[in-house]
Amino acid sequence: MPLLEIEHLAKAYVTGEERQPVLEDVDLVLDAGETLALTGESGSGKSTLLHLVGALDGFDAGEIRLAGTPLSGLDEAGRARLRLASIGLVFQQFNLVPSLTVAQNLALQARMAGRADPDWLAELGQRLGLSRFADRYPQQLSGGQQQRVAIGRALAARPPLLLADEPTGNLDETTSDRVLELMLELVDDTGAALFLVTHSRQLAGRLDRHLHLSRGRIA
Amino acid sequence: MNGVALATLLSHWRRHPLQLFTLITGLALATGLWTAVQAINAEARASYAEAEAQLAAGRQALLVARDGTIPVDQYVTLRRAGWRVSPVLEGEVEYNGAAVTLLGIDPLTSPLARHLAPTDGEAGLDPLAARRTLFAGPATAERIRSAGTGLQVVVRDAVAPGTAIADIGLAETLLDRPGTLSHLVVLSAQPRGRPPLDAVAPGLTRIEASGAHDARRLTRSFHLNLTALGLLSFAVGLFIVQGTVGLAFEQRRGMFRTLRAIGLPARRLLAIALAELLALALLGGALGIALGYAIAAALVPDVAATLRGLYGAAVDIGLALRPGWIAAGLGMALLGTLLAAAQGLWRLRRLPVLATARAEAATRSNATTLRFQALAGLASLGLAGSVIAGLDGLVAGFVFVAGLLLGAALLLPPALAGMLALGARLARGPVAQWAWADTREQLPGLSLALMALLLALAANIGVGTMVSSFKQTFTGWLDQRLVSELYVTAETDAQGQAIHDWLEPRVDAVLPIRHADTRIDGRPAAIYGIVDHETYRRHWPLLASAPRVWDRVATAEGALINEQFARRAGLAPGDALPLAPGWRLPVVGVYSDYGNPDRQVIVALDALLERFPGVANRQFGVRVAPDRVETLAAGLRDRFGLPARSVIDQAAVKAHSLAIFDKTFLVTGALNVLTLGVAGFAILTSLLTLWTMRLPRLAPLWALGLTRPRLAAMELLRSVALAGLTFLLALPLGLSLAWALLAIINVEAFGWRLPMFLFPGDWLTLGALALLAAALAAALPAWRLYRTPPAELLEVFADER
Repeated sequence: MPLLEIEHLAKAYVTGEERQPVLEDVDLVLDAGETLALTGESGSGKSTLLHLVGALDGFDAGEIRLAGTPLSGLDEAGRARLRLASIGLVFQQFNLVPSLTVAQNLALQARMAGRADPDWLAELGQRLGLSRFADRYPQQLSGGQQQRVAIGRALAARPPLLLADEPTGNLDETTSDRVLELMLELVDDTGAALFLVTHSRQLAGRLDRHLHLSRGRIA
Repeated sequence: MNGVALATLLSHWRRHPLQLFTLITGLALATGLWTAVQAINAEARASYAEAEAQLAAGRQALLVARDGTIPVDQYVTLRRAGWRVSPVLEGEVEYNGAAVTLLGIDPLTSPLARHLAPTDGEAGLDPLAARRTLFAGPATAERIRSAGTGLQVVVRDAVAPGTAIADIGLAETLLDRPGTLSHLVVLSAQPRGRPPLDAVAPGLTRIEASGAHDARRLTRSFHLNLTALGLLSFAVGLFIVQGTVGLAFEQRRGMFRTLRAIGLPARRLLAIALAELLALALLGGALGIALGYAIAAALVPDVAATLRGLYGAAVDIGLALRPGWIAAGLGMALLGTLLAAAQGLWRLRRLPVLATARAEAATRSNATTLRFQALAGLASLGLAGSVIAGLDGLVAGFVFVAGLLLGAALLLPPALAGMLALGARLARGPVAQWAWADTREQLPGLSLALMALLLALAANIGVGTMVSSFKQTFTGWLDQRLVSELYVTAETDAQGQAIHDWLEPRVDAVLPIRHADTRIDGRPAAIYGIVDHETYRRHWPLLASAPRVWDRVATAEGALINEQFARRAGLAPGDALPLAPGWRLPVVGVYSDYGNPDRQVIVALDALLERFPGVANRQFGVRVAPDRVETLAAGLRDRFGLPARSVIDQAAVKAHSLAIFDKTFLVTGALNVLTLGVAGFAILTSLLTLWTMRLPRLAPLWALGLTRPRLAAMELLRSVALAGLTFLLALPLGLSLAWALLAIINVEAFGWRLPMFLFPGDWLTLGALALLAAALAAALPAWRLYRTPPAELLEVFADER
């Protein structure tokens, strides 16, 4: 059974009386441990698709199934439980908690999910090059370091699916390469599937599969 | 999960200790001021309750003589005729310079005796053993003991402050009034078939029991006033809490979204945020209660002075931690925090996990909010106006004040926005235009603190105008009332007569001050007798009078009454006034009589002596050329061996009266200062908490070429300008408040109406204080801006979100 199945997915934003379709009839399958890059122009709907897969937003039609669980049947609390247990999220803006230290940010989701493994957390910190900064706060780190904390946090609970929205969008080319390298290594080690949204075709080329979204449809 | 989420939320405060300090301080100040007022009220009421036990005799009918004294023979006659009455001798004794009311009672029959009964082997009013014993409350007992009288003093909490109770035999000796009684208490069980009072004792009058406790009734409005001031302070404190909590929610929006994104359900997040708030409220509330206790302890002496000065209520307020006001304080802290955080919690509940912070922030400062505030403010003012137009009384007065303050507070942001828009339109040059526009943009974040400042300033202007008007009127009234150059008090009637005879050929006039204490319509009243003299005709402060008022008083064809009597009994010149059985006079004038809680009547001295022949003749006002006062006073002291306090010149009496007046309003002044301090603190906290949001606004200006010192100076100027505009709007509000206090609330509370005077000098001082507070509040953020390294300003461009 595939880890992620998307069937005939549709989503539109309504502004006043105007209805603006963002996704139309999207079908997609992602297997466990597979890495998939989704590219597309600005406004093509790729971030929206990632948000829907991450159970962050509701859709209008179609279905998304994660490990066989249909998202349309989940209420708000059910979607939150699913995110906590099965999904790791990495955003372009890092979204770290500024008042928690690096170590605390790293362990946050795992601790909330009740799956904090000190050995794994220590290994994550070491492999991400964060051990030296464990007691620092996010604003004391560079962009690349902050993104590494975000990746560590997303993988700390060993979720089966990692969603990344332009994770290197705020980083320079060298840092970007290093961060992606680390992310792919960790995804490989944990056996998680990766669904990555990016502008960069070069970046997309380094993943198992590459899809292009154009005007709300998979090209 | 809950623990981790709560710890994450709390981590915000660890990184923002100043904000936490602000929140806790705001809560503690709000709860503290409220609790202090509650504690003072609760303790004062408890003091009345204790006094009530002693005053229980006042609830029984009394027999009194017209001249104030009853011979013992008359008491014996009544007892032999079957009347069950208990004798009381009442008078004043001085211990260590303070007067103590001494009540001499018969231990076998007096209803008071049960309060003095021996307990646990201690001394009580034993008929056989108590001939040398006085019973008094703790403070009075201490005073008597320290005077070294040699008498045994037993403490009984039930005895009212300033009073001592003794066996009547001892009282006769101490008061030097052998063989006389002040009144007789009619005991509850009377035998049937006893002869009527007129037949046995024709000179005595029966006075029925009064229904209510005067101190409790009279001071109710004072406590209501204090409660209103306490509530105002609480509201001002809550502005701080709301500002801080609102900012904490705003700053943690990203944290909330992250927590939601990684799997914390919205309801759980809301519940945890609520738990965090309640924990902080409990902490702030507990500190507030401790603070309130300290404030109450500091204010209690002033409150006792106020109660004595305004109402004549003798209270001996101690301060104890009572579960009632502790629970009320914590309850108010919790309720206030929930109220202050309601908007933040509501937004948190509806926070979309994917919404951007910028879009949220933009919706808050739109014109719709200002329009809504303006409409709500106008509605509140309309309600206040219609209440005062349609209803009378204390409650209507307070509703008017509340509606006025709320309406004005709501109208403040739209009014300021209008002024700032006008400023922007008139501004020349891009920097000035930016400054006006930027100030307007800051308004939503500062409006709560400015509302707090508006309320505090208005309360200061209102209460200050009331007190100053009162003082000015009171001083003028003292000048009218205290015309005699010298006031003399003799120790006995015989000495009084001797002094009168000695003075008469040596001075311009000797004006006897003689009065009888009685009851009119069952309420305590004093009837004063005066001689006809130019002093009264020229100086007496009449508020209303009939034609030939002084001629009619002199010929015993009319009586003057004080203002509080006129208002409470609904009397005016021309109305008939029953003074005693068979004695009725028309009211011919009403005079102001500030500071006296009781009813007072003035009649011709001869008419008074005809009805009350035995009234004391010991006090005189002496008219004499001012340059002879000192010599005359020395002569009086030498010749009659009078102590210094018995011969007082006019200036000393005035100084003493004004000192009492100032002490009376100390508590109001103290609460006012505290409220203004809290408002100043609110501005400081708003500016400090807005600080992080200011950098992104200021950094582009800095990049364009404005120096950091100039930007810092503009920040300072902005704060001062907003405080100045707020002060301008607070002036009419404060004056409206003063009018309501003088024309509505004080008439109900004290029984007299005062003219309103304006004190522009006080306003200027207050305005300068407000500007200083705003400047001080802005100084720290401005200093931080001045010291901000360029690298930090550059981060705004490097890390724009």
